[in-house]
Order: sequence, then C-alpha cells, then structure tokens
Amino acid sequence: MSDTKHGTVIRMEAIGKVYDTGKVKVEALAGIDLSVARGELVALIGPSGSGKSTLMNLIGCLDTPSAGRYELQGERVAGLSREQLAGIRNRRVGFVFQNFNLLPQISAFENVEMPLLFGGVRRAERRQRVEELLTRVGLADRIEHKPTELSGGQMQRVAIARALAMEPDLLLADEPTGNLDTSSGTDIMSLFEELWHQGRTIVVITHDPALARRAARRIELRDGRISSDSAAA
Amino acid sequence: MFRRPWLVLQLFARSSRVQRKRAVLTVAAIAWGSLSLVLLLAFGEGLKRQITLAKSGLGIHIAVLWPGETTRPWQGLPAGRPVRPRVEDVTLLHDRVPQLAGVSGEMRRWSAAFTNGERTVNSRLTGANLSYGDLRNQIARAGGRWLDPLDEKLRRRVIFLGWELARDLFGDEDPVGRTLLVSNVPFTVVGVLERKLQMGTYGGPDAGQAVIPLATFQAQFGGDRLSNLVVRPDVPEHMPAVLRSVREVLGAKYGFDPSDERALGAWDTVENSIVMENILLGIQAFLGIIGALTLVVGGIGVANIMYAVVKERTREIGVKMALGARRGWITGPIVLEGLVYTLLGGLLGLVMATVLVALLGLVPTEGNEAIEMLGKPTISPAIALLNAAVLGLIGLAAGYFPARRAASVDPAETLRYE
Repeated sequence: MSDTKHGTVIRMEAIGKVYDTGKVKVEALAGIDLSVARGELVALIGPSGSGKSTLMNLIGCLDTPSAGRYELQGERVAGLSREQLAGIRNRRVGFVFQNFNLLPQISAFENVEMPLLFGGVRRAERRQRVEELLTRVGLADRIEHKPTELSGGQMQRVAIARALAMEPDLLLADEPTGNLDTSSGTDIMSLFEELWHQGRTIVVITHDPALARRAARRIELRDGRISSDSAAA
Repeated sequence: MFRRPWLVLQLFARSSRVQRKRAVLTVAAIAWGSLSLVLLLAFGEGLKRQITLAKSGLGIHIAVLWPGETTRPWQGLPAGRPVRPRVEDVTLLHDRVPQLAGVSGEMRRWSAAFTNGERTVNSRLTGANLSYGDLRNQIARAGGRWLDPLDEKLRRRVIFLGWELARDLFGDEDPVGRTLLVSNVPFTVVGVLERKLQMGTYGGPDAGQAVIPLATFQAQFGGDRLSNLVVRPDVPEHMPAVLRSVREVLGAKYGFDPSDERALGAWDTVENSIVMENILLGIQAFLGIIGALTLVVGGIGVANIMYAVVKERTREIGVKMALGARRGWITGPIVLEGLVYTLLGGLLGLVMATVLVALLGLVPTEGNEAIEMLGKPTISPAIALLNAAVLGLIGLAAGYFPARRAASVDPAETLRYE
C-alpha cells in the first residue's frame, strides 16, 4: 500500500516474456526492470519488433509475463485468475489503440458505457458519467453517433473517453496518433498532455518524435531490453 | 457461470448482427428440421390413435375361442378327438367362471342367400347371444337398434346388418323396418351396424355379415354346436386366468387336458394389443429419431454460423476483454444467440407443422382404407414438448462450442494493429 501512497504505479523486476510457438521460442522481452511513478508521462519508443507492444500488453494485464515480478499499484499480478485480471483491466487500466478499436455497431455513448457496464455501475450514474466524459473530450454533440459517422480524430476521442470511463490510474496508449492526420494527431497529443496535467499516469508507445519529445520521460526498447531511460540518465 | 445475467441480455442486444441472408437460411434449416420432427411424430401419433381405434372395432379386451382337437390322451381317452362346445356352454361358463364379465356364443353359416326383391347377395350369417353386441362392438346406426331380450326369447326373425351388406341389398335406402329373405325365410331389419374401423377379424369384417339371435338361428337351421365363443374378463389382467378357467370347465365336460391349448383354440386380443403397443412405441421412437437427426443437421448449421460470428467478432471480443469483460459476458450472448436462432426456427417449424396438420385434417379419408388406417396426423402436447426439449438441447450445444472458442480468444493477439 505504501507504493500507492508514494505513487509507484508500475513496478517491474526482471520481467521476461517468451512466445513458444512450438517449433521456435521467441524471446520478446528479457530482464526488464521498470518503475513508473504516479503522474508520469512516459513515451515508449524503439524500432518495430523491439518489444514495445509486448511490454504494453504486460503492463495492461492483457498478457502475463513468463518470468519476473510485476506489481500494478502494489498488487502482484502473477497467479491471478482470468476473471481477476479482467477486473484489473476494467478498474485500473484504460487502453487507447492506434486503430481506435471502437465497436462499430453501437453509438459513441454505448462504446463509452461498455466498461461501466462491466464495472457494475448503475444506470443513472452510467448516463451521467458518459455524458461528462464525452463533453470533456469535446464530443457532447456526437453522443448518439456511430463510430462510422465520426472522423478519425473524433473516434480516438471516443476511445479516450472510454479509456477514462472507470477512472483508472493508468492510461496505456499504443501509437494513438498513428492513424491520424497531423492536426488531429496534435489535438490528441494535447488531450493527453491535459490529462497528464490533471495527474494521470500515462504510458504512450509512439514512433512520433514530436509526441516523444513532449513526454517528460522517454524509454527506448531494443531487442527486448531497455536501451535507454531518460529518467535514469 | 454467468454473473449478472441481465448484463448478458444487454450485451446480446448490442452485439453486431449477423448477415441477414445467413441468419434467414439458418433459421430456415432449423424450421425444416423442427417441421420434420413434428410431422413425423404427428403421423406416428395419428397412426397410433387410429390403430387403437381400429383394434377396438373388433372388441375391447376380448378373447375369441374356437373348436379344436385334442393333442394328448386324457383320462383314458385318446388324442385326436374333436372338441365342439355347445350353445348351453355359454350359460355354463357364465355360472362357473367368476372372473368372466361377458360371454357370447356364435353359430355361423359361411354362405347364406340374402334377398331384397330382385337383389340377392351371398354373405355370412351369424347367430349370437345378446352380449355379443357389447363384446364385439355392434353399435347400431341412428334409427336402428341392436337385438334385444325379447328377440331372443321369442326367437323373432329379426336381423342386424353390416353396413356393406345393407348397402349391397338396399342401396341408399334405409333398411330399418324393411323385410328381406335369408335363405327364403323373411326377416325384419332392426338395425344397421355403424361404420367402424376394424383391425383383426375372424371369418371376415363385421361390415359384410348379418347377425340374428342365437335362438332364432337354432330354430331356423338346427344344431347346437358353436362356431366361436367370445369372452371378456372383468379386468384385462385376468384374461389368462379366465382362459384357464374356461378350459378347465369345458375340459371337465368334454374330457380334455386343460393345458392342451389345441383342444380349444384361443385368440387373446389383450396379449396382442400389448405387443401392438410396443410395436407402435418402436415406430414412434424410430420416427422421432429420424426427425431429431434432421434437426441435428439444422443445429450444425447454427453452430456453423455461430463459429463464423465468433471469427468475425474476434476483434470485438478482444476489445471487450481489454475493457474488463468476464468470460461469461463474452460467451453468454453467443450461447443466447444460438439459442434464439434455434428456438425461432423451431417455433416457425411448429407453426408450419400445425398448419399442415390442420390442412391434412381437411382431406377426406373415408372410403380409402389405406389412408383411413394411416389416420390423421395429430400434434399432441407431448410432441410439442419433445420438440422444444430437442431444440433447446441442440440450441445450447450449437451455441456452447462456438462460445468456448470465443472465450479462448487472446486479446493481446487480436488487438495488435495490422
């Protein structure tokens, strides 16, 4: 609990991840030691295949490490059941993806409402929260629109609203501006910065040097290892 | 497995819809299967009811006995002696066999000349006791009557005609009250047999024979040897005991071993109907299995479409998992969807079957014996229930396996950007 108080959100020690395809074993991550404090904005950079996405999946509890010790907000993740991991993803982590990953057949409102449904939030409260969130990302007038009726930048705003729905401490974004034009990308980056100033912990994977420069801390991965960490330098 | 079932319903309502054409085809396949199952069972049920009805045409819970020949020596008498009960034995059996509810003797002429004016028909003539009417289901058509005690007592020359014989002699006219000649002796028609289905005869169907009082038969044609005895026990279970008693009583009188079954032949319709019921049950089970298999083919269609759905929605499933959906919230809506297609199709099939059965019920079957014996297909509540149960099982199975695949989706894998 002291970790939470003092604000360590992510604590990883000697994390390794091996993909066993049967014929070959691929070592995606080896000996990752990483600590991220509450309120940090971290940019995760590195070439393709360096293990950025794998690390992101491990941080977000979408996957479990093959070796090492991982604590998310002071709670050990190893050995938790699938259902418990689902609960952690629901309450503690918000995901933003490069391709938005909105559900196309339901409205912006219903997309943002989805994590609240899983979290067991009551109907009246859900409505209020969703409206607040969509207003916050500037889409108050697009509540009943379906994703196909929105622009790329708008879709990503809906996705960010969805990621914030359960008020998680940690926001994970995988190339959030990768599918957007420059101006939309800049808007999204500004939104992340705003959230950061409000005290969110954010980890962003990016190829975009401009976005990376805005981050206070840059971690570079190479061949499954941390090759440089601006905080350590 | 499912926490918060209401959420499963909400998620089901929000999951993407399957391509309409595919859904329609699948529902149609299930409807076809359900239709076959219900129709086959309905035909089985109709056949069963008709056969039960037809069996009762001969008489319910009766046995028919006929004269035989001894096959064993008995109390110093040699084998090979004929045994022919007499008219007086009807009273004897009535007094001596306590479990007997009814007994009638029959004397028969295989060919008698029936004449109405210009028309002469040769057919069977039976002389019988009054109880024959009840034992052998001799029900008079409206406007006529069965023989009565005075007919017997006064040896009246009255006659009860089978409906075919009546038609052959009188055409469309009502024969009741008319006089006809039997071997040149005048008889008054008192009744005509109501049409009935009759499965099982000895000598021939009742439609083509005429019945007169036994006393009249004796007075006209002489003799006192019976062609047949018809007996009915007080309860069907007593039939073996009654037959044993009858053979003991007559065995003592005519000198034959009561266990010598050939001395007095017997046709036990109670035993027969048990065998028949088992055969009918077998036929229904067989039809049911064929129908259920047709339905299983439809179920495979549903499973197939649900597998496709899971494949199409892999990303959607991955996203929901990332947002914190539990296993049951992923699988629940899929199982539900499979079940909905199945039950929708099943209901459609049941409705179509009901309509078809109702239409078939309008087709006249009178006159065509083959179709008449097949009976009318009938949908009983048991058939509808069985259909629902089979559908439910198939629907669950058709949804369960695709849902299991959905639950095994690896979110990390599916969310990777391609």
